[in-house]
Amino acid sequence: MLLKHDIEFTLNGVKRQVSVDVTTNTLAMLRDVIGLTGTKYGCGEGECGACTIQVDGVSLNSCLMFAVDCDGRDVTTIEGLANDSKADALREAFVEHGAVQCGFCTPGMIMQADHLLHKHPHADADSVKRGIEGNLCRCTGYKKIVDAIVAVDGAVK
Amino acid sequence: MTEPKHYFAPTSLDQAVECLKDGDVTILAGGTDLTPQSQSGKLRIKQTLMNIRRVPELTGITLEGDEIRIGALTTITEIMENALVKQHFPVLVEACDHFASDQIRNVATLGGNICNASPAGDTLIPLLVLDASVELASMPEATLYRHSMPLSTFFVGPGKTRRSLCELVTGVRIRVPGPNHIAHFHKLGTRPALDISTISIGIAGTLKEGILSNVRVAFGAVAPTPVRASQTEKALEGQRLDAVTIGKVAGIARDEVKPIDDVRATAWYRKEMIHNITKRMLSHVAQA
Ligand SMILES: Cc1cc2nc3c(=O)[nH]c(=O)nc-3n(C[C@H](O)[C@H](O)[C@H](O)COP(=O)(O)OP(=O)(O)OC[C@H]3O[C@@H](n4cnc5c(N)ncnc54)[C@H](O)[C@@H]3O)c2cc1C
Ligand code: FES
Ligand code: FES
Repeated sequence: MLLKHDIEFTLNGVKRQVSVDVTTNTLAMLRDVIGLTGTKYGCGEGECGACTIQVDGVSLNSCLMFAVDCDGRDVTTIEGLANDSKADALREAFVEHGAVQCGFCTPGMIMQADHLLHKHPHADADSVKRGIEGNLCRCTGYKKIVDAIVAVDGAVK
Repeated sequence: MTEPKHYFAPTSLDQAVECLKDGDVTILAGGTDLTPQSQSGKLRIKQTLMNIRRVPELTGITLEGDEIRIGALTTITEIMENALVKQHFPVLVEACDHFASDQIRNVATLGGNICNASPAGDTLIPLLVLDASVELASMPEATLYRHSMPLSTFFVGPGKTRRSLCELVTGVRIRVPGPNHIAHFHKLGTRPALDISTISIGIAGTLKEGILSNVRVAFGAVAPTPVRASQTEKALEGQRLDAVTIGKVAGIARDEVKPIDDVRATAWYRKEMIHNITKRMLSHVAQA
């Protein structure tokens, strides 16, 4: 029998109670237990960034976080950002610059870009490139993604 | 993977070390090593999984007398952004800046990097050349017992340290360096982000009127643990950094290391890189 543990946390602004296997990671909990599939599974080992979420205001790889550690914390996924008008500028910039092709990396990219822009609202191309080092994209060649994030300049608060 | 029977998230240091008493406990900090290691089956989670993330005594960076204490739970990002660290230990900031990716730096802890004891652990090389010591806590009887040991004696093999199963690493202590202190770090890899060091080098000492003393040299990824390079240190001690000395010392460094062949590089390549980069770093120190 797998050991379960009850946790309570805020997910996209709403209090949630979940019973999770203590060795499950947060990505598996979000996708398989809660059913939020916006956060993607790319590699499962911290290399690709497709699973990026924000916890207590910082970005991290949900595949590397034990789900039990969400207890008492404030978790935001791409579904939360999708309904947040503060992220409008970022979303529009991705559309305008054609920064999405197959779209698999996009949720992780957006979550990481949002974190980056909160820390550095006027990030230039070099700091955007450094900020998204942990996010792989197989389609765009990154240029359009970097352009999109730089174009947000000051509009994320 | 065998499953743990208990999960515990202590909220004080006393609770945490008391839980460690029976020894059959896996400690969870940021989880960036533990998650992949347990899911791939490389590591077995013991009877109790103890999540130390809510123990306040393990956080914070503080100046205590002439030492700076960095709590075990301090993340790589917090280290990089801390004013005390930036002021006194820029070499540690340099190493953190080459660590994994932003997402990993935001959760990976210093205590986890030390206890994972990888020969390529990026914070370990600067900590070694800064003469850091490791703080440990346990509860042999009814009260908390603390002691510390030099980091240079802490590592015994890949993933193996002198920490006993009943001990928790609570932080590291580093003496604030005196005037004329220099310290440099270089990580060699194939790309700037998310790369495990092929080799890494730390060099520190006191540089006065062109003479280097109190020399500390450490190498990563050339031995089963991160190592201090005693012969290289001896060859540098009290020397003026001219081209002849630098050439000679780089040769001693190459002969001193005994690396292995692995997926990242051959032993030959590692030795050559120890030579070339030691030379480059010392030339840089001499010119500064
Ligand atoms: C994709 C990827 C890239 C990485 N890149 C780098 C890199 O560039 N450089 C680098 O150095 N590392 C790298 N790492 C390794 C890892 O991120 C670091 O070693 C990190 O510092 C581990 O910290 P943690 O808090 O996540 O540790 P955890 O995974 O929580 O724990 C690691 C180990 O230490 C033990 N432990 C943790 N805290 C304590 C404590 N206070 N007392 C006693 N035992 C304790 C745990 O039981 C476990 O065995 C990478 C990992 C991944 C997945
Ligand atoms: S799925 Fe988490 S980093 Fe790739
Ligand atoms: S758009 Fe396809 S992976 Fe980035």
